[in-house]
Amino acid sequence: MKKNKSENEKKSVSISPKKLRWLYSSMYRIRRFEETMLEQTFKGNAMGVTHPSDGQEAGPVGICAHLTDKDWIGSTHRGHGHCIAKGLETNRMMAEIMGRSTGQCHGKGGSMHIADFSKGMLGANAIVGASIPLAVGAALTSKYKNNEKKSVAVAFFGDGATSQGVLHESMNLSSIWKLPVIFACENNGYAEATPSWYAVSTDDIASRAEGYGIPGLQVDGMDVFSVYDAAEQAVKRARSGEGPTFLEIKTYRYHGHFHADDPKKYRKQEEEDYFKSKDCLISFEERVTESGLMTSEDLNEIRNEIEEEIKKATDFALTSPMPDHDELYKDVYVEYSNSLLGLR
Amino acid sequence: MITSTKSLPLGPGYEGVRGKKIRYRDAFNSTLRAEMELDPDVFLIGEDISGGFDKDTLEPLDAWGGPFAATKGLIQDFGPERVRDAPISEAGFIGAAIGAALTGLRPVVDVMYFDFITVAYDQLLSNAAKSRYMFAGQTKVPLTLFARSGAGTGHAAQHSESFYSMLAHIPGLKVVVPSDPYSCKGLLAASIRDDDPVFVVNDKKLINLEGFVPDQSYTIQLGKGRYLSRGDDVTLIGMSYTSVVCQEASKILLEDGINAEVIDMLSLSPFDEEIIIESVKKTNRVVIVDEDTPRASMASEFAAIISDKAFDYLDAPVKRVTAPHTPVPYNKNLEEAFMPDANDVVATVKSIVD
Ligand SMILES: Cc1ncc(C[n+]2csc(CCOP(=O)(O)OP(=O)(O)O)c2C)c(N)n1
Ligand SMILES: [Mg+2]
Repeated sequence: MKKNKSENEKKSVSISPKKLRWLYSSMYRIRRFEETMLEQTFKGNAMGVTHPSDGQEAGPVGICAHLTDKDWIGSTHRGHGHCIAKGLETNRMMAEIMGRSTGQCHGKGGSMHIADFSKGMLGANAIVGASIPLAVGAALTSKYKNNEKKSVAVAFFGDGATSQGVLHESMNLSSIWKLPVIFACENNGYAEATPSWYAVSTDDIASRAEGYGIPGLQVDGMDVFSVYDAAEQAVKRARSGEGPTFLEIKTYRYHGHFHADDPKKYRKQEEEDYFKSKDCLISFEERVTESGLMTSEDLNEIRNEIEEEIKKATDFALTSPMPDHDELYKDVYVEYSNSLLGLR
Repeated sequence: MITSTKSLPLGPGYEGVRGKKIRYRDAFNSTLRAEMELDPDVFLIGEDISGGFDKDTLEPLDAWGGPFAATKGLIQDFGPERVRDAPISEAGFIGAAIGAALTGLRPVVDVMYFDFITVAYDQLLSNAAKSRYMFAGQTKVPLTLFARSGAGTGHAAQHSESFYSMLAHIPGLKVVVPSDPYSCKGLLAASIRDDDPVFVVNDKKLINLEGFVPDQSYTIQLGKGRYLSRGDDVTLIGMSYTSVVCQEASKILLEDGINAEVIDMLSLSPFDEEIIIESVKKTNRVVIVDEDTPRASMASEFAAIISDKAFDYLDAPVKRVTAPHTPVPYNKNLEEAFMPDANDVVATVKSIVD
């Protein structure tokens, strides 16, 4: 499924100008969100641990380009990029990371638990592998209700999560039930400090899918067009009732595992340089300007808009109030007889 | 005199013994090392307990050394056979550790965050804890598991649990909760040498706590609590970090002329019924402090034992200071409100001491 360059160039021509704009702005939004979020974390404004996803933007953006609010995604501890690609508002995300009442989850979830059900975002999940079956369940709902939209679900997870039994159970389930789900494995080469060549018993994670009767494809995750193409087919398969697809997205995280982790302790500089030379933003810029689809002014304009948006999001978060004390007891249940006393 | 075969006195009583002030994490690390030196069948499994390998030489990098550096440096001395970095497969490698324990090894497993044990709960409940009983003593499971528990670090709902009772509830499993570097060393050594499966729960808030630790090898008997301070007016019962909270509270109470007796449980299964009953018979009042959520908690269990065995001695209702019946929130203020602190304990004591 790896496409060569000329095919990709052909493909990008057929993407509408509006969509092209969306691809670039979404990737740039994620990049700047993560960089700003890290700055804020180091200033002490995030309330806990944060896992930046910069470097990995092309995966979620290339996939979510084919989704609407009626489609679902499940996410991970490294979930900010998934959220932004799925259309969540950066101000409410930033506020969540800063633990504010205006946050997406009223400051109760934090960086690892951002969710927006109105946007089809099932929630980031801090237990590795745990959100995969939730996406399968969302696909089950879609098939069960058989609505006009033919909603699909995407499970995002890392290379590390492929060692969890729950992924394998989920693949088998979705295959025998022919569920409209896409397994999107973001293979960034590492789970914390553990390289995937050590932890995963195959070079080619996509080949895992074969054993479950699911097509598995490897995609260059530094190139949004490659992801876009592969995801287009996977989503089409899902919507037309043909069942799940597994995409292994080869990518790289530019930062450490979490904000305070130094990846130089376990990654080689030349590896980082290699992936940075394929940076998804730079390669996009080159591709669209060389082929005359967008001008550098267009791109500049988008970048400026986003700088402004992220600045506003940060100010919004910083000036938002903390949640009320009562928030501690809210939403443990839909209803609990003896509500407050019972919870104390 | 303390020897490696005898257990150390539980309270202060090691004055004059050679030792030094070290952090909890260092006590933990050096005890693991000592136990591995002592017994070649002791080995470690866990995610990133060394962390990373050089792609060309395949040499371990020890870039991580486990969360909070619990296992840092061990791979250099013991190698990757005895310090086994595992993929993210808790059910698999905890199950494998149980299998290894059933067949003659003494595995020590780093579960990382306490919450993650639920991924392997079936292995723990149905295999580790029950094998000896189901097979009528034909086998034993000398397995040690350890993990980091507790709120207070902004790790939010899925990385902050203190569900001790979910473990103590299981017949066949032992549970210990050290509260300082000294008890960390003695309980970890005792757990590794014990022939039953033992879960060592380390509250994150204790990791950098400093305290005196004797140089020599020693164990603390599993199932024994200790007095951290003596008093006549009220008994405060703590476990893990709440023992620190109880000590803080007892100092505040002393300013108001209330003499609290602080019990540090150290073990939750088996637990020291006698020390609880002995103290309550003397003070006639008791407050149990537990960071776990209150329903079916250790605090509830202790309260039940007290009402059963010391009912006639009680001058006030048994009080529990616990977390609320909620998950752990992310926001710092809410997280602080979630955790029992010294002020909560003081207020509760004052409500029962006149
Ligand atoms: C069940 C479970 N085990 C361990 C962890 C600790 N942990 C958090 S992220 C992570 C690595 C995940 O690696 P991968 O799936 O490749 O995702 P990435 O961090 O690379 O995005 C680990 C081990 C966890 N959160 N949950
Ligand atoms: Mg990874």
